[in-house]
Amino acid sequence: MSQAVLESDEATARPMDLLRFATAGSVDDGKSTLIGRLLYDTKSLFSDQLEAVEAVSAARGDEYTNLALLTDGLRAEREQGITIDVAYRYFATPRRKFIIADTPGHIQYTRNMVTGASTADLALILVDARKGLVEQSRRHAFLTSLLRVPHLVLCVNKMDLVGWDRGVYEKIADEFTSFAAKLDAPDLTVIPISALEGDNIASRSERSPWYEGPSLLHHLEHVHIASDRNLVDVRFPVQYVIRPQSKDVTDYRGYAGQVASGVLKPGDDVMVLPSGMTSKISAIDTADGPVDEAFPPMSVTVRLTDEIDISRGDMICRPHNAPAVAQDVEAMICWMDETAPLRVGAKYTIKHTTRTARTVVRGLQYRLDVNTLHRDEDAPQLGLNEIGRVKLRTTVPLLADEYRRNRTTGGFILIDEATNRTVGAGMIIEAQ
Amino acid sequence: MSSADTRKVWKMSQTKPYRVSHLDALEAESVFVMREVMAEFERPVLLFSGGKDSIVMLRLAEKAFAPARIPFPVMHVDTGHNFPEVLDYRDTRVAELGLNLVIASVQEAIDSGLVRELPDGTRNRIQTPVLLAAVEKYRFDALFGGARRDEEKARAKERMFSFRDEFGQWDPKNQRPELWSLYNGRHHPGESIRVFPLSNWTELDVWHYIAKERIALPSIYYAHDREVVERAGMFYAVNEFIVPKDGETVETRRVRYRTVGDASQTAAVLSDADTVEKVIDEVAATRITERGATRGDDKVSEAAMEDRKREGYF
Repeated sequence: MSQAVLESDEATARPMDLLRFATAGSVDDGKSTLIGRLLYDTKSLFSDQLEAVEAVSAARGDEYTNLALLTDGLRAEREQGITIDVAYRYFATPRRKFIIADTPGHIQYTRNMVTGASTADLALILVDARKGLVEQSRRHAFLTSLLRVPHLVLCVNKMDLVGWDRGVYEKIADEFTSFAAKLDAPDLTVIPISALEGDNIASRSERSPWYEGPSLLHHLEHVHIASDRNLVDVRFPVQYVIRPQSKDVTDYRGYAGQVASGVLKPGDDVMVLPSGMTSKISAIDTADGPVDEAFPPMSVTVRLTDEIDISRGDMICRPHNAPAVAQDVEAMICWMDETAPLRVGAKYTIKHTTRTARTVVRGLQYRLDVNTLHRDEDAPQLGLNEIGRVKLRTTVPLLADEYRRNRTTGGFILIDEATNRTVGAGMIIEAQ
Repeated sequence: MSSADTRKVWKMSQTKPYRVSHLDALEAESVFVMREVMAEFERPVLLFSGGKDSIVMLRLAEKAFAPARIPFPVMHVDTGHNFPEVLDYRDTRVAELGLNLVIASVQEAIDSGLVRELPDGTRNRIQTPVLLAAVEKYRFDALFGGARRDEEKARAKERMFSFRDEFGQWDPKNQRPELWSLYNGRHHPGESIRVFPLSNWTELDVWHYIAKERIALPSIYYAHDREVVERAGMFYAVNEFIVPKDGETVETRRVRYRTVGDASQTAAVLSDADTVEKVIDEVAATRITERGATRGDDKVSEAAMEDRKREGYF
């Protein structure tokens, strides 16, 4: 209690920030219960939502209130008792606002997990203490590392069902830690919990005196995410050119966009790609007035001292720190389309930062088995939920960085030109 | 450079915190989304009802394109069941910003036979064909809506860019995956995209933003005395649409509106919150969702919202 008071005092001194996290788990490992618990303990669950869930649960004859119904929003989900799609949930504490991308564990797991992880600062993986690590735990950890989610939390759930046995927890934690090390996984935290009984969720539990780490909520509130942003490489993809057509404002020409990485300041020398022309930043505007600097994730409008031809899809960077201007790209691709596989020779639309081009698949180097990490170099294609290393050639150059260095300028999507569906997600390994 | 080295360099470069508050992050995301739409679509339109969410959305549009004017028209799907304070607000705001206002009138659609009045007189459901007819008439290809994912559980599964076929229908099982900030707005002629820039905002975020930006709202959002009747635990204002039935007593209560929809179906909540700060305190403490507290239309069934969305509702 005293801790909570202390935190809210501290919170008044600094504004709340935002943490996005993705949750993943296998069937029945208690993920819905955990989310329900987080919402409940932070008073983010409303009584009419709870009543509705209780009523439906009772009507179905469930033995206890099925908190999964809170997130299963679609008729088909409730009827079939499954989760089809990524659901977004929100809660806040005095320190942080949280956005949960809740990804289902079974159907379309890879597509949904990749989608949820793409914007996540943190991934939360659950395992059942009785069962230990299962194939899906490893797969989720792998996808987290593939998407370069900076923080990973493993919750060993249902500790109450193994009598809070320290040995059980440590065995799972050790096994997972050594597996994660092989993945070049990010910052890892392992927490023993009981989502059903609320242990180690909002506060440290007396049932695990041997556990010296933080409660889950404390960790979520305090994990340091500010330095996950790349503040070194200036990358400003131009979204839209603002040129007011009115007599009040004349001769205004500003380049609107969201800072992907780096810090921009008026007076900085910049280079514009793909032209390679150089100029200086004359001002950085927002609707609330000019600012001294812009950094991610700010949306601003940049003006330059020289009149050069710049349009959507161009990138403002620094003369000595620029992305590759590349038509040949190697990337890991996660295939997301059930109607047709990715094939060598096929053409797609590629969307990368604010730039859209066409691309042809030049080669499939291997297909990766996400459970064993085995590379199948003879794979002829990538089917739904399969991941592989692919060579692409684009019609116009992309202004690209390696995904491991920059998630914004290293990620892209592929779009089917006939159906307009989003069919693939790519993470650039090499661009030249 | 290895990623560990990279991380070290980033940390070293951070003599300053470069902190971004959650409201600034949400604003930046919404502004980004609006600019994407303007860059990639030919005929966007912003749905503006005079409700708080659409008012915030309009403010974000101002921010996204400043110092230029908002470069698209706004549309009001007018059920004819309005609160006069809200209509006044709409017209004032539209004039201030020099916007083009398109009104899609449900009354006119009833008069011309496009839709038929429902037996209970409510017009929420019949506004969908009116909206779709206007989209077709003006050939709008992107429609900004103020819906938020925290409002309702079908909306929790909605994309930022939501594809609609030529009938305006939403197919929740066949949505485009949405990764990073790469939004796929591709569509064939006749199809359209609904865009929800406030997807990640909660009711409380909206109120915090209204306070931070000092955004004026229609007066009915703040506590005032009003003649109401109580129906199924909800308080409805007595007006031309809500006529007290036998056995109902009209009483004057201190109320405010948490949401503003069809005046015949939107209930007020008992409240003393007559300033934005008091509303924030009230919203932070409430244990009932805004739709649960105020919308008769969502109580029809477990999947009422999903069914309306499938038909083309927001």
